[in-house]
Amino acid sequence: MGRFEIRWHGRGGMGAVTAAELTAMAAVKTGYYAVAFPEFGAERRGAPVKAYTRIDDEPIYEKTPIEEPDAVVVLDSSMVGQEAVLHGLKSGGWYIANTARDPEEVRKIIGRDDVKVATVNATKLAMEVFKAPIVNTAMIGALVAATGIVPLEKVEEAVRDRFPERYVDPNIKLLRQAYESVRKVV
Amino acid sequence: MAGKKKLPLSGNTAIAYAVKAADVDVISAYPITPQTTIVEKLTEFVANGELDAEVIHVESEHSALSAAVGASAAGARVFTASSSQGIALMYEIMFIASSMRLPIVMAMATRALSAPINIWNDHSDFMAASDTGWVMMMAHTNQEAHDDIILAYKIAEHPDVLLPVITAIDGYFMSHTIEPVEPIEREEALKFIPKKVTWSVLDPDNPVTMGPLGTPEWYYEFKRQQHEAMKKAREVFDEATKEFEKVFGRRYEPVEYFMMDDAEYALVAMGSVAGNVKAYIVKEARKRGIKLGLIRVKLFRPFPAEEIMEVISNLKAVGVIDRALAFGSSYGGPLYGDILSAAYTRGVDTPIVNFVAGLGGRPVTFRDIKAMVDATLALDGKTRKDVPKEPYFIGVRE
Repeated sequence: MGRFEIRWHGRGGMGAVTAAELTAMAAVKTGYYAVAFPEFGAERRGAPVKAYTRIDDEPIYEKTPIEEPDAVVVLDSSMVGQEAVLHGLKSGGWYIANTARDPEEVRKIIGRDDVKVATVNATKLAMEVFKAPIVNTAMIGALVAATGIVPLEKVEEAVRDRFPERYVDPNIKLLRQAYESVRKVV
Repeated sequence: MAGKKKLPLSGNTAIAYAVKAADVDVISAYPITPQTTIVEKLTEFVANGELDAEVIHVESEHSALSAAVGASAAGARVFTASSSQGIALMYEIMFIASSMRLPIVMAMATRALSAPINIWNDHSDFMAASDTGWVMMMAHTNQEAHDDIILAYKIAEHPDVLLPVITAIDGYFMSHTIEPVEPIEREEALKFIPKKVTWSVLDPDNPVTMGPLGTPEWYYEFKRQQHEAMKKAREVFDEATKEFEKVFGRRYEPVEYFMMDDAEYALVAMGSVAGNVKAYIVKEARKRGIKLGLIRVKLFRPFPAEEIMEVISNLKAVGVIDRALAFGSSYGGPLYGDILSAAYTRGVDTPIVNFVAGLGGRPVTFRDIKAMVDATLALDGKTRKDVPKEPYFIGVRE
């Protein structure tokens, strides 16, 4: 597989850091090396937050922020189109967004014909399940559906390990719903 | 590759798991970023009944270490953790812990020192502790951070050593980064570090005074003994790591060499930046035919001068990366100072140049490492007289 690097963009409280960690956990469970880390020192509710996941089948040495991701995941629909989100995204990489818009429309907004786009209305799904816009597991579902980077069941295992019991079922429900309802343009 | 029982743990959580496995009796700490989640996790273990320890909530780091000194003097296995200003506030008691020969283990999630206030990573706090009489090591993976705690108790409590030990990780770059870690279980940990009081303790039946006045007639001898204990710590480190490898299958050396077998040039580094250098060597330098290797200093006190010099003496040029500044010193960065004096006393002539980088959490990028490699290569064929007298300040805006 080689190296696969993901950058997560959200706002404090949406769970971007947890999403990065869960994805790394799922990757380790799949048999890869993986590391996850937040953009350091930005832990304030509502503030823009970045988090990173590095996956490789070789040991990962570097401990630097990801500058040229293979995928960016946008947890906050208001961030779709922001330059900071698009920054460094590889040609042929994935732009995965929480939005009600369809992927063709997002591709026009970001103005990059050379990237693949996947969208899911994660906020709507999360509101139905949690009555709160906690979209992190939904966005992992979208990432996994679009890229196939790790099997869905490994993410479910990571969710079971990570969350207290009462949060496990709703998160897995949300994860699966997002996985099923993702729309993409490649 | 997935080994058995690997868990995705942050550096801080990996440390907390090891402290639990070491079955410590007393945890005394005060919260400070980026260390806080170590003690947070430990208090969770205590609250869940997974660890039977006394947690002492104190009002400052000065008190945290003072309580640790008291508990250790009573015969408890003690743990504390801190960072940055917390280390600075502990400074007074750090000397007392080491000269009272108390085997306290402290984890440090390294962070810059104020001012200006900066919660991000560099080695200013670690280097400020370098002359406090503590054994000091620094990890560069979360697995190593975990294992270092177990090694630390082995070294600290050895009757020939009886010194406190600092095990450091880089704040955020390791403390908050998730990596796969194979945790050591309590049962196997306690076989390696059985709980036995090997040091002088307070005993109501046989009253003694600890830490009393040391007059000029006695004080100097205490210091000389600390010096000898530090030398012993090196022997015990070597024994402990050998035994550790037999039991747990992972080998640690005072110095890690990466692609040094055929190297002509090397960078010397500590902590997370060593990982960035490794990645640069594999992905850039070697592909361009530059015979570059990495010398990663794991054990900082006692300083492994002999083995580093043995390797450096065969190289064309060497660059030393410092993540702290010794203001006004004759050398620049503190690690460079140790390397230079080791080179002088061992008669090593290799040109060795200093790089200061990544202060206050500024990332050390491939571009930065390339600049260091270029400056090191430029010393090929030169003598040590040609080495710049000032460090290169890498990645700073002038």
